[in-house]
Amino acid sequence: MIQMKNVIKKYPNGVVAANGITVNIKQGEFVYVVGPSGAGKSTFIKLMYREEKPTSGEVTVSGINLSTLKNGRVPHLRRQLGVVFQDFKLLPRLSVYENVAFAMEVIEEQPKEIRKRVMEVLELVGLKHKVRMLPSELSGGEQQRVSIARSIVNNPKVLIADEPTGNLDPETSWEIMEIFEEINRQGTTIVMATHNREIVNTIRKRVIAIEGGMIVRDEYGGDYGYEG
Amino acid sequence: MKGRTLRRHFRESFKSLGRNGWMTFASISAVTVTLLLVGVFAIIMMNLNKVADDLENDVEIRVMIEIFNDEAEMKAEEEKLIAQIENLPDVAEVVYSAKEDELEDLIHDFGDELSLFEQNNPLHNVLYVKAADPQSTADVAAQIEKLDHTYKVLYGEGKVEKLFSFLNISRNIGLVLILGLLFTAMFLISNTIRITIIARKDEIEIMKLVGATNSFVRIPFVLEGMWIGLLGSVIPIVVVSVVYYNLYHSLAPRLEGNMLELLSVTPLLYQVNALLVLIGLLIGIWGSFMSVRKFLKI
Repeated sequence: MIQMKNVIKKYPNGVVAANGITVNIKQGEFVYVVGPSGAGKSTFIKLMYREEKPTSGEVTVSGINLSTLKNGRVPHLRRQLGVVFQDFKLLPRLSVYENVAFAMEVIEEQPKEIRKRVMEVLELVGLKHKVRMLPSELSGGEQQRVSIARSIVNNPKVLIADEPTGNLDPETSWEIMEIFEEINRQGTTIVMATHNREIVNTIRKRVIAIEGGMIVRDEYGGDYGYEG
Repeated sequence: MKGRTLRRHFRESFKSLGRNGWMTFASISAVTVTLLLVGVFAIIMMNLNKVADDLENDVEIRVMIEIFNDEAEMKAEEEKLIAQIENLPDVAEVVYSAKEDELEDLIHDFGDELSLFEQNNPLHNVLYVKAADPQSTADVAAQIEKLDHTYKVLYGEGKVEKLFSFLNISRNIGLVLILGLLFTAMFLISNTIRITIIARKDEIEIMKLVGATNSFVRIPFVLEGMWIGLLGSVIPIVVVSVVYYNLYHSLAPRLEGNMLELLSVTPLLYQVNALLVLIGLLIGIWGSFMSVRKFLKI
């Protein structure tokens, strides 16, 4: 599903955030990306949805070669991915329903299909009763659930999450993880960058540890591995 | 693009005008002020241009024809001369005025005392020649002077050249001022629109992240710019029309018979108003287009 081959990413300021990363993530996997701050986790994630282009090396996502992907074809890639952020990135003036429907309107779905699917995913994340509310009227965990609903509404093959529990209290984080596990059970590949030791050590999945822009550990069912 | 999507773009562009109320107001004000200036300036310039054209068109060459003793020979030579002048390039019109007519004009202008010359008219028959392009009057005059049987060729040498260079300079100054004004307007408006778009950077980012194409993101913004330009041209059009209409109707009777004449209301206001709408639309669309471009690179 996601392949990287000798990927190097050097930023204009000289920082090398990816230094020869080679990795293969298969369809349906659940992968944690761990590592200290500034180790290159975010760059690793951003390379997958082409917010960043590799300086050299090859990135392939869902059969699309990102190194040769033209700018005009980037939307085509993004429609196969869902992205969840630490800061939710919801539109403050749109209701819960509108925020989720937005992702479908943008790719010009049928209105009937939009209504049906939006309610479906809002039910999955447990927010069906709050569709008319604005993001500011929701708790952090609820906002993140809206953002997850938005990311999966178009049935992506891959869900990419950059520290999705970073702004949430432990209890809420567990609720979010349950949703991710449910999404993963339905066959969606999940790549999640995280700092949350408890989660990684409890819900055992494949762990990729990045330090200094390189993969230093890649084990199935591994633990977080860093001292809190 | 699907019709539904197009409707969505229109709906979004209207919604966003309302949502960004104050920025919309600021942008429309910027367009309004600029177009008001452009409109006033355009009307002044077009009227000045008209005066200049009138002055130019008053310039004519006075060709005094040599006097022959034999009436028949003179008649023949005159006809030959007229044909020669009419064949010159750049000549628009040749009007023949017999010496009797000339004298009548003088009597009319200076008084009956001159009528004693009627018995023995000392004047020449005259041809009044107009150049197709008034600016080439001097050239035409020089060519006519080379022809046979002209006694004198007069066109106000010196004065005409000064008038023309004065008119040309004032036209150029007007053009530069209008262009400068338009440039400032574009800059002002694209900046105002840019601020409204910066405020919605997140929205654009999210659209891009969920897979919106660039044109899908851009079209509502461009439509919004179009509405701003259109709305911004309303007040200038009303003000310019009402003011010029009243000005024309109070000034025109007083200026009648004078060399100065204002351009009449109907074609002028249609032209200026169309120009204002067009400029409003163009700067609105262009301003949005340029401003949103920067944020599409995500």
